[in-house]
Amino acid sequence: MSLYSIQAIDSARAPAARRPWRLSTRAISTLTLAGVLLLWWAVTATELIEPLFLPSPGAVLSKAWLLATQGYMDATLWQHLAASLGRIGLALFFAVLFAIPVGIAIGHNRIAQGILDPLIEFYRPIPPLAYLPLIVIWCGIGETSKVLLIYLAIFAPIAIATATGVRNVDPVRLRAAQSLGATRAQLIRHVIVPSALPEILTGIRIGLGVGWSTLVAAELIAATSGLGFMVQSAAQFLVTDVVVLGILVIALIAFGLEMGLRALQRRLVPWHGQSH
Amino acid sequence: MAQLILDRIGAHYPGAAQPVLQDISLSLGPQQLCVALGPSGSGKTSLLNLIAGFVPPSSGRITLDGVAVKGPGADRGVVFQDDALLPWQDVLANVAFGLQLAGIGRAQREARAREMLALVDLAGFAERQVWQLSGGQRQRVGLARALAADPQVLLMDEPFGALDAFTREQMQELLLQVWQRTAKPVFLITHDIEEAVFLATDLILLAPNPGHVEERLSLDFGQRYAAGESARAIKSDPRFIETREHVLAQVFAQRESAQRASPQGTTAHEELA
Repeated sequence: MSLYSIQAIDSARAPAARRPWRLSTRAISTLTLAGVLLLWWAVTATELIEPLFLPSPGAVLSKAWLLATQGYMDATLWQHLAASLGRIGLALFFAVLFAIPVGIAIGHNRIAQGILDPLIEFYRPIPPLAYLPLIVIWCGIGETSKVLLIYLAIFAPIAIATATGVRNVDPVRLRAAQSLGATRAQLIRHVIVPSALPEILTGIRIGLGVGWSTLVAAELIAATSGLGFMVQSAAQFLVTDVVVLGILVIALIAFGLEMGLRALQRRLVPWHGQSH
Repeated sequence: MAQLILDRIGAHYPGAAQPVLQDISLSLGPQQLCVALGPSGSGKTSLLNLIAGFVPPSSGRITLDGVAVKGPGADRGVVFQDDALLPWQDVLANVAFGLQLAGIGRAQREARAREMLALVDLAGFAERQVWQLSGGQRQRVGLARALAADPQVLLMDEPFGALDAFTREQMQELLLQVWQRTAKPVFLITHDIEEAVFLATDLILLAPNPGHVEERLSLDFGQRYAAGESARAIKSDPRFIETREHVLAQVFAQRESAQRASPQGTTAHEELA
């Protein structure tokens, strides 16, 4: 595969033919991942590290099959995954629903900025796990607490990014719309929100990243299902292959979310980064 | 028909000691193409912003057909130097934007937008994205967008300033054709002397510190072009050259007196091409 990509690069860049071993960044990344996997396989196959500390890739893979079909701690891998994704999805839905209007208000209106800006800036730097006990005292250990915690973690980045996007709207565009007769509401709907959309999507990307790590941490503390819970309970019984598997799935989901949002960004704001 | 009247207009920036504009009066009606020419600092952009309603005057009155101007509105279309198109809409939607804001149905506004695109020679470009257009094409879309909303007057803020010399001449000729066909009063500001002399029926020369009208000229070169004479013939006409040199001499005289008045007053130098 790497050989193929090297050839592709050579034919694409005829002037660089004098340096035949130039690799693309993507090829370097792929090779790095392959190297790490190989190293993992090598140290476990030669029994340099005991399976209790690091199970072999094969063992983790067969455990994955077992978890997917039979389950762990009364739930299959899919049910744990669905529990986690359900929580973050619900939190994201409410965060987008409320944070975008709040961000527009902060960016557009001096009074709303005066009220909301200090509140958001006050709670935003606090690690979510620091106020989790308070949320548990208020809302119990049920689903509400977990969703609320993730919601708070996602809310701030989206609101702040939206406000920044709204403040950075090109004033000439606003004037152009005004001289075409736009009302205040039409300005927001037709100029401000589309202008701020690249920043809003970046805010959602950052928020989802923060939310996902918060979710897993929350499930370590109070849960009966979810990926974080699965890793935590497996660790207590030293079932290392489940721990490794859980970590890999968590990482894969985070990667998938990021890539999905980047694709969405390219699709929704194709003008972003154009010379315009 | 539309009549725009500025009555003894003055403008102040908050905190500045000297006014930006002082005692400006002018009247603009149908068949008129008024060009305000001046170096940077003479307040020509401020003057356009006042007429557009983006900033209120500190003294005086602006009326359009007897109604006082209060804030921006669709009765005064604006074409900006930086085209200010919306990149999330294609060319057709950009041109139809004003009609969309007015609540006009899709079929009707798109038909009107296509007419306007044809008027600025961009008939085949309706489905393009704005970032796929050249600078001159974007300015033509901006012009079509302003015209589609059917304003009473058209305000143009150095519309061709960012274009290369060749495209600029094409755009000047296009503007005269559009002006001829739509018969809308046009107010245009520029720092390009030849452009000003070629386009204007009424040329006002602005001088800085504070911005005021130094001289008014009535010209007919634009009308001659609209009547069918070629641009090259007009621009090589001795009368055109004489007028251009007269305006040039005025601007330089102004600059020298400004330099004598204040040693740092070299602002306009590079701008006057």
